[in-house]
Order: sequence, then C-alpha cells, then structure tokens
Amino acid sequence: MTLKVPVVRNILEANERLAEDNRRIFRQAGLLVINLMSGPGAGKTSLLERTIEALQDEIRIGVIEGDIQSSYDAERISQKGVQVVQLNTGGACHLDGNMIKSSLEALDLDTLDLLVVENVGNLVCPAEFNVGEDMKAMILSVPEGDDKPLKYPLMFQESRVLLINKIDLLPYVNCDVGKIRERALQLNANLEIFEISCRTGEGLHGWADWLRQQVSARKAGGDDAET
Amino acid sequence: MHEMSIAQSILDIILQESGNHKVSRVLSVALKVGELSAVETESLRFCFELLTKGTPAEGAQLDIERVQVTCRCQDCGSNFTVQELVFSCPSCQGVRVEMLSGRELSVESFEAE
Repeated sequence: MTLKVPVVRNILEANERLAEDNRRIFRQAGLLVINLMSGPGAGKTSLLERTIEALQDEIRIGVIEGDIQSSYDAERISQKGVQVVQLNTGGACHLDGNMIKSSLEALDLDTLDLLVVENVGNLVCPAEFNVGEDMKAMILSVPEGDDKPLKYPLMFQESRVLLINKIDLLPYVNCDVGKIRERALQLNANLEIFEISCRTGEGLHGWADWLRQQVSARKAGGDDAET
Repeated sequence: MHEMSIAQSILDIILQESGNHKVSRVLSVALKVGELSAVETESLRFCFELLTKGTPAEGAQLDIERVQVTCRCQDCGSNFTVQELVFSCPSCQGVRVEMLSGRELSVESFEAE
C-alpha cells in the first residue's frame, strides 16, 4: 500500500540550527560578524588587508579564512598581526555553520570587536548558507562585468553591503558602474554600496567609516546592528 | 555546486521520517524550491540518485515544484510577482518590499510503501 507522508521541513534546517548556535556565541561575546563573499579574485583578502590597516588601532579584528585548499590567505592576513584561522573545505564550494563552529575554538572571541568570515570564492553557493553572521557583505570587481546582478541575484539580495572593487581599472574594462548600482538596487533597495580600489585606496575611507559605525552600534546596543 | 549537500540533507530528512512511519521503500519525494534559491534542479536530481543507492530511497523520484518570487509592498500594501528580478512595486514603484515567497527549499511530503 502506498502511503503519503507529510513532512514540510526546511532542507537546510540542520545548517540553520548550527548557524543559530554560532549566532548565540557571537552575541554573548558582543562582536559584529560579517560573512564576506565574492567570486574568486574579486579582492576579498585585499579588502581585509586594507580594512585591517585602516581600523587596527581602534577595532580588534579577527578573521576566519575559508578556502578549498591552501593556507596562503591566512598567511597574508596573519602578517597584519590579527587573529586568523584557516578553514579548508577540501572541495566544498561554501562555508557552512558546522565548519565555522569547529573553527571557533581557535579564536579568542572575547578579545574581538569584529570577526570577518572570508567565504570561499564563489558567487552562488555561499549565499544559501548562513554561518551565524550579523550581515553578509559582497564584493563585485569591475572586470567581472555589470551583468552579474542579473546572473547571480541571490547574493545581491542577501547582502547588506556591496563593495564595487578595482574601480582603478574602469578605463580598461567594459563595465558600467551605474548599471551595477541600478541592477543591484532593483534586487535589494537597502543595499549599501561603496566604490573602492584596494590597490589605490580610493573609496576605502567611506567603507571604513561605515564599518566603524556598525561595530559601535553592536557594542552599544547589542541587537541594534542590522541582521 | 552545493547540490550534493542539499541532496544529502533531503535524504537525511527522508530516512528519519520514514523510520518514524515504518515504511520500507520511498517512491517519490515532493520538494518546494523557490525561484530565487541557488539550486540547479537537474544537478540535484543527479546527486540525489547517487546518494540514495543502497538506501530505502533508491530509485525515488524528486517531484520539484518551483515557487515564484512574490512580494508585498510595504508602502501601498499590494502583492506582486517579481518579474525579471525587479523588486519594486509595479503599482506605486515603492522599494520597501517584503518577500513572501521565492526562497523556499523544503521537503513537503513523500510517498512510500
């Protein structure tokens, strides 16, 4: 006899539970957690280096580096003198709640104000998996093209901040920043957008100021920082 | 690329539920997948087929219902279906919108014997 069994369960429920556990730990430690995502080579690690340089004297920053393999990025970040832990996913295309949970022992969260999780370079999968962050931030670099919001809508929709990187290359690439803005804002009208160049430093002040405010809001109000 | 972990999560849910209902073989699984979910359904079918080999769900079909992206405008209160990924209200052009559907990723039910 055939039986129809009603279920109605979120397929990602196991990950959501772990992300919620992480979130509780982060809230207790009173730090702001950002899940930083982009395609490969858009400048996640460079942005971290520049951000650490700009804010290191006032904000205590920690980094979880996610890569399919190698510890190259963690070595770059540790040269900046901040706490960093390298996660290798061994082939997986995104970080999930469980991986982040397992890396927390290596960090002293109580001594941090800001934890940045640098996700695996990929414009698709990381957007689907929460890790317990307060907000997602994404980078799109101009050589990737202004059509990306149309092709990878979920990441733009899920992000609180969009950093348009490598604007020093605009004279040499076929990319219209106005179109990126327009298309990204159609997906997500609340998106905060910064145009930056990690190479020349252009636009990074605005980003650093905004980030400083977010960290202060978290410290002052606990739950005030946006989720 | 993450369809394998999603297929594994579906299988985990099915095996757990079928243990509760004492069934011996799963015939089909009904899923809801929102249009905005980053899931490639053909890849998901392929991964699910691989993972279910040797389990009570071997050979089970995935019946996938795609769910349209719909929103409610917080300015004028109208509901609308998102066309071509434009998340602004077609009635009042408002951009303060609340998403009602389109992000689903759930196991709705399964048929078994």
